[in-house]
Amino acid sequence: MSEAEVFEKVKEIIIDHLGVDEADVKMEASLVDDLKADSLDTVEMIMSLEEEFQIDIEDSEAESLKTVGDAVRFIAERSGK
Amino acid sequence: MLLKDEVAIITGAARGIGRSIAEKFASQGANLAIIDVNLEAAEQTAGELARQYGVKTMAARTDVSNAEDVDAMVKKVLDTFGRIDILVNNAGVTRDNLMLRMKDEEWDLVININLKGVFVCTRSVVRHMAKARKGNIINIASVVGQMGNAGQANYTASKGGVIALTKTTAREFAGRNVRVNAVAPGFINTAMTEVLSEQVKTEMLRQVPLDRMGEPEDIANGCLFLASGMSAYITGHVLAINGGMLMQ
Ligand SMILES: NC(=O)c1ccc[n+]([C@@H]2O[C@H](COP(=O)([O-])OP(=O)(O)OC[C@H]3O[C@@H](n4cnc5c(N)ncnc54)[C@H](O)[C@@H]3O)[C@@H](O)[C@H]2O)c1
Repeated sequence: MSEAEVFEKVKEIIIDHLGVDEADVKMEASLVDDLKADSLDTVEMIMSLEEEFQIDIEDSEAESLKTVGDAVRFIAERSGK
Repeated sequence: MLLKDEVAIITGAARGIGRSIAEKFASQGANLAIIDVNLEAAEQTAGELARQYGVKTMAARTDVSNAEDVDAMVKKVLDTFGRIDILVNNAGVTRDNLMLRMKDEEWDLVININLKGVFVCTRSVVRHMAKARKGNIINIASVVGQMGNAGQANYTASKGGVIALTKTTAREFAGRNVRVNAVAPGFINTAMTEVLSEQVKTEMLRQVPLDRMGEPEDIANGCLFLASGMSAYITGHVLAINGGMLMQ
């Protein structure tokens, strides 16, 4: 799956969980600072991403996903194999 | 009707207190998933309540301490009803023994079913409630989890744990509009207490100011209050239904 395709799906999941405007979900947006995700939001989004892309994301890996772009690149790489 | 068209999962609901809670909820219009290790009895209960109250019911054989079993059950409930509004963690067992005689197996079994079972069922169901921004969880604890009881090290520890777990779950999910409360029954007339000797029963009753054993329906009434909008501003609470056995 290309990064662009992953981005579209990740964006959908973020909007679904956080109720933010589509325009605010940019690659460089920080999940916590810009999109105001709390710790439970983050866990829920990680679980939705795992389900959507059929991958496992370890807690240590999840912690490193700070921005929308971090998540998109991580998933594109993980599911590309 | 207080629970019209809501969907409730009730564990250990084939008989006893769980069955009484199921019946109370059915009388208020809830559709039910009757969960138990005893499938035959669960199916019978599910069938009887459906006929009597005209609600939809299903039964499933699930060991609440087995995460695989539980996840499969939750999926089945969602496939059948499309939503889960209420979870009552009621399944529980006793293996009484004085501490010095208590075997590791007796400790592990009771902790696994009574405490880990609540965790496993909650973890599996609450994600759907959090997503729906609506949910209600009721954990059946016990008065002895609040005051201790000689001969029940395993059981009292499990029920004390359930009370703490109730409060933590309430805090974690309050922001998702999921309320979580416990009910702590006293000395209730079911198969669990039927096995006690007359002497033990008489002694226990001496501790109960209202001077009678509780009936399963006394517990079910409290559960209905906590499950309904009547208790909309109550979360993380332990509702004592014990005839005055413990006042705090
Ligand atoms: N009876 C009392 O005096 C009393 C007092 C305080 C608390 N409680 C609590 O109330 C709850 C119900 O007790 P009860 O008196 O109705 O007992 P009960 O033995 O009549 O019913 C318990 C039900 O749980 C089922 N069950 C047992 N292990 C299970 C498992 N691993 N997975 C799924 N189902 C399982 C049993 O098959 C049974 O149908 C328990 O949590 C108990 O600890 C009872």
